[in-house]
Amino acid sequence: MMGIDPALLISALMVASVPIILAAIGELVVERAGVLNLGVEGMMIMGAVCGFILSVQSGSAFVGFVGGALGGAALSLLFALLTQVFLANQVASGLALTLFGLGLSSLLGQSFVGIRPPATGVVPFGPLADIPFLGRVLFSHDWVVYMSVVAVAATWWVLKATRTGLILRAVGESHDAAHALGYKVRRIRVLAILFGGAMAGLGGAYISLVRVPQWTDGITAGAGWIALAIVVFASWKPWRVLIGAYLFGGISVLQLNLQAAGARIPVEYLSMSPYLITILVLVIMSSGKGKAALNAPASLGQNFHASR
Amino acid sequence: MIRLEKRPSPSRFWQGATPVLAVVLTMIAGGLMFAALGKNPVEAIRTIFWDPLFNPQFAAYSRPQLLVKAGPLILIAVGLSLGFRAGIWNIGAEGQYIMGALFGAGVGLAFYPAEHWFIFPLMVIAGAFGGWIWAMVPAILKTRFNTNEILVSLLMVYIAQNLLASMSLGLLRNPEGGGFPGSRNLSQYPAASNPELIAGTGMHWGVIAAFVAVIAAYVLLQRHILGFHIKLAGQAPKAARFAGVNPTGLVLLCMGISGALAGLAGLFEVSGPAGQISIDFNVGYGFTAIIVAFLGRLNPIGILLAGLLMALTYIGGELAQFMLGLPAAAIQAFQGMLLFFLLAVDLLSNYRIRLGATGEAAR
Repeated sequence: MMGIDPALLISALMVASVPIILAAIGELVVERAGVLNLGVEGMMIMGAVCGFILSVQSGSAFVGFVGGALGGAALSLLFALLTQVFLANQVASGLALTLFGLGLSSLLGQSFVGIRPPATGVVPFGPLADIPFLGRVLFSHDWVVYMSVVAVAATWWVLKATRTGLILRAVGESHDAAHALGYKVRRIRVLAILFGGAMAGLGGAYISLVRVPQWTDGITAGAGWIALAIVVFASWKPWRVLIGAYLFGGISVLQLNLQAAGARIPVEYLSMSPYLITILVLVIMSSGKGKAALNAPASLGQNFHASR
Repeated sequence: MIRLEKRPSPSRFWQGATPVLAVVLTMIAGGLMFAALGKNPVEAIRTIFWDPLFNPQFAAYSRPQLLVKAGPLILIAVGLSLGFRAGIWNIGAEGQYIMGALFGAGVGLAFYPAEHWFIFPLMVIAGAFGGWIWAMVPAILKTRFNTNEILVSLLMVYIAQNLLASMSLGLLRNPEGGGFPGSRNLSQYPAASNPELIAGTGMHWGVIAAFVAVIAAYVLLQRHILGFHIKLAGQAPKAARFAGVNPTGLVLLCMGISGALAGLAGLFEVSGPAGQISIDFNVGYGFTAIIVAFLGRLNPIGILLAGLLMALTYIGGELAQFMLGLPAAAIQAFQGMLLFFLLAVDLLSNYRIRLGATGEAAR
């Protein structure tokens, strides 16, 4: 297809995958702690609307991102309350979170439709940005793009090399054993859920502040579900989240470029391709020798109730 | 100090009482939300729950709407509840609903303008098939490749929505529609329409199908070995395996039934109340049905009542939008809230709350 510049494509896919990286890395931590939060979509859209409102009100994109993280975390607190205190079914609670988040966000955002948010500036790298190809690909982004990669690296390091990560994984693999060792299973899980909510909120804010950038109902359009799928794709390993998200980002950017270039395939079929490919990837990862499910945390989705 | 003690078996009293308690709590929290929006909370709650049924001015219009809205919700929720009981999570009913409508309407429109008695029955079969085939994708991927049915069924909704857009702009577009998106109006094509059967009641074939589904599901769960297998697989998967329950068959069956029922709901909607395939044909019944299934405690009779109540919030919500200027999204948030409270108070049926000193004494 002519008219698609590879440097532009790579730099666009890095931007396109940021929301999914952020949400997926947050969900990865939650799932490593043994909790399945299916409310990513709801937390993302809450982050998107809170971030949008706060950035418009304050005139600062940074405040918007902080607000997005807080909005996502606030909604995830509801999930934590339901599953950790009221011991409700995690699948149903996650769905409730998504349904409620979609409604509440459109309620909060109704007077903000059609406004442009303040711009999130590109990080000034000076002469580095003028390097041919690499400058365009690596040094022409806003700070959130770099932060998303740093978040993946930091999560990898914390899970692998620190005591905090070890405890988190112990809680996710066997909450009874972790409880017997004296770790506060519930407290650790609540903190993990809050972290997941904040990251999903940040990802949502990136959609409404940078990717689109405006507010419309249902703006996340399934990004939260794709983030959940990416966690399975990544076999619960942080670096693979980055690979999965870039793969997905690449496909969505490519299909948008094909739409713009006037490809012969109808727009609707191009728009459904990211979802189709996500399903395909799930199938590949879940079957065969390298079964992703083998890496799933052993206590995933089970509620913990200390009987003594 | 408050402690929780697991009950040996769920309390029968609280199983019945928790949905009512959840509704009351939602009314209180919803009232607070409406007050925050600057509306009189008592008036808003009355407009939503009372006026559609009993206000002399609106009831004549609103009462039939109750069955029109409750029909698809109950039909979808009954199907979903079977899977939920067995621990099989089909949350893509919205997509199956769209596909049922597309398949059914496609068959009907293919015969246009012929008048034959068999067109509508054929559309019903096609609608059920459309929903079934869409649910078979996550089901077969789960049984064959062990993929997560929650994610796949949900992702299939987005694919169905794109197909719907493509169909209403392309293949199924009304050739005499002046270029506007959307198909021919099926309610103006007698052989393919699903009319109101008894004037002024809102009763159409979809509502009858919903009642039949409720009765069939009740008999299945209470009297049939299959219903026993479904319940067993959900409560004790290992015991189910020893009892000879075939997990693969159960996934295919539960997903298939829920898909076919969602497809039927879509077909009855497109040929009746909605009338045509259009880009915004689906209004979220497939997702609200999840709330209905839980509100009805995954029990067919409960779902019947829950579906009627949820339909009431839709109609009352529209009325409140019209009368009080309450935003449509507030009702959506209100419905989501209901599911929250329901899940939270469910604690009461599974656990006993003990007040008093902590310690090992109780054990």
